[in-house]
Amino acid sequence: MATSIIELKEITKQYDDQLAVDHLSLSIKKGEIFGLLGPNGAGKSTTILMMLGLSEPTSGTVHVCGLNPTRHPLGVKQKVGYLPDDVGFYQHMTGLENLMYTAALNGMSREAAYKRAMHVLDQVGLVDAATKKNGKYSRGMRQRLGLADVLMKKPDVIILDEPTLGIDPEGIRELLQLIRHLNEQDGITVLLSSHQLHQVQQICDRVGIFVKGKLLAEGNIESLAKQLFFEDTFVVNVFADPIDDSLIQSIHDIHGVNRVEMNHSTMDVYCQEDVTPDIARTIIQHDRALYHINKKNYGLDEIYHRYFEGRELNEATK
Amino acid sequence: MKLLNNLPKLRLPSAFSSITIKEERATSHKAFQAIVRKEFTDYMTSWRIIILLIIIMLTCFGSLYTALTTINDAMDASDDAKEIAKESFLFLKLFTVSDGTMPSFIRFVTFLGPLLGIALGFDAINSERNKGTLSRLMAQPIPRDYVLNAKFTAALLINIVLFFSLGLLVTALGILIIGIPPSFEEFARIGCFLVLCIFYIAFWLNLGILFSVQFRQAATSALSGIAIWIFFSIFYSMIIEMISKTVLNPETITSEAQAIDKQGFILNLMRLSPNYLFSESTTTLLSPTVRSLGPLSQEQTIGAVAGPLPLDQSLLLIWPQLTGLIAATMICFAISYLLFMRQEIRSN
Repeated sequence: MATSIIELKEITKQYDDQLAVDHLSLSIKKGEIFGLLGPNGAGKSTTILMMLGLSEPTSGTVHVCGLNPTRHPLGVKQKVGYLPDDVGFYQHMTGLENLMYTAALNGMSREAAYKRAMHVLDQVGLVDAATKKNGKYSRGMRQRLGLADVLMKKPDVIILDEPTLGIDPEGIRELLQLIRHLNEQDGITVLLSSHQLHQVQQICDRVGIFVKGKLLAEGNIESLAKQLFFEDTFVVNVFADPIDDSLIQSIHDIHGVNRVEMNHSTMDVYCQEDVTPDIARTIIQHDRALYHINKKNYGLDEIYHRYFEGRELNEATK
Repeated sequence: MKLLNNLPKLRLPSAFSSITIKEERATSHKAFQAIVRKEFTDYMTSWRIIILLIIIMLTCFGSLYTALTTINDAMDASDDAKEIAKESFLFLKLFTVSDGTMPSFIRFVTFLGPLLGIALGFDAINSERNKGTLSRLMAQPIPRDYVLNAKFTAALLINIVLFFSLGLLVTALGILIIGIPPSFEEFARIGCFLVLCIFYIAFWLNLGILFSVQFRQAATSALSGIAIWIFFSIFYSMIIEMISKTVLNPETITSEAQAIDKQGFILNLMRLSPNYLFSESTTTLLSPTVRSLGPLSQEQTIGAVAGPLPLDQSLLLIWPQLTGLIAATMICFAISYLLFMRQEIRSN
């Protein structure tokens, strides 16, 4: 049983007229990669700032590595590396100098800092650019340097705020691989926030969906789907010809099907359990041409999108 | 109240915790030095500061040249002049006289000093914020106020180095060219003057830092700083002059006491300007013959021995001005400190 390294209990952050984080409880286990997902302005960054002691919760308690960041911010910051969403470096200094400066702020000696800097630069693949002025770095390189910067202090936990923002797909893939590697190799606990779901899906052990200051659901991808869509757990996309009312009616009558939605020449069948074979059989029995039948796998995109659709409907009916 | 909560509450009495606290202090002390070192290097290599330093150097040597020619002309006029010169603090004249073509050294410092201070401070915090380095800095194990304090320290160091080297250079050139070495008192007065310059610039530096904390855009903070600088160096005295015209209208003054009162009122208005405080104090320091900074009545001057004041008396005379200047500096720093400690550390 892994112990939790980040523990949030009922934390609330109230800005003047706005509730940024609303009674959030969350626990992250040592050695896992946790993805905090949510749209812009959901309170992800605020939560992260509270974990680092850079912002104080209005109520509730935070424990990171066994310490309370509000009371012992320095102790927490020694163990936690934080990569802000729009990380910046001193343009007139080289990548290496920037890292050496971070090391000096962490109280490392020059020799130790140099060794460590070369090591982390090697890890993120920036050794060739080490002596290049930071102003000449590309966005992707800067992000990797940001990761190197976070690793300088040999952290137990790294918190990455929107690490994939503004990088090209290849760069994202490399960055995510690197994060995965760090997690497996060095046992670093990773908390990353994002609104880009399929990327998070690739590497996260667990995901929390965070909207308007509340954690809606947490768990791995399958359990998330169950938590969010109690009824419509499966969606089957069917392309048959012709689709008419009698066919829709028969499909609707299949046990476990909740509703059927027409979408141009295809239909989406929302059902409680996997009834794909039954649907196929029904279509064949009706003597229709079946071109395509596909059970949709829930990606986070889907989960997310459907959550918002649901919310809009709920709000409209209220 | 909020601020109090932000302070680390260290109340673990065990021996273990006191050791870690000591270690923490040692590391954070190193970190403080690291920030100061980096900021100092940044200043020394930034074009903005280099250009300003060159301008200040050039103007200082220009004013030194005019002062020297004036003094040399006067000394060549008669043989007694050299003897008189020794008595009348001639050496200090290097900083105060000019032949009219160029302003004197102290007028240059009064005018350009604030610009240097503002240039050193105006983007201290907001540039870090805009570049996204502030949040990275804040994620390191250093207390938040270190950033502000270290930046102030680095800028102050630049000031100290600049003014002492400039002052000593002028002194050295003065000795070489006039050929009269300064007496100890003259030298002490020059030292005090340089310290005063540093305090004066520290005020403008803190004003710059205050704006850099308050305004997100470096341009806004630079322009606000420059606006205040121009207001105090040009417009403030004009406004006071306008007020004094009505207040000191001879038709409305009926008694001597009233005249002194009104004069004092105008003087106090003038003293709200840091520039005026500075020029009052420098004049007193560098011209020992100045005996009072307010109006003196005939009765008060009767019986006074004509002659220069000793240094300690001059210092006593400018003590209120000096305290005022330091207080203004501290207020600016305190406000920026408070603002910075309460600010959200996020870039957007």
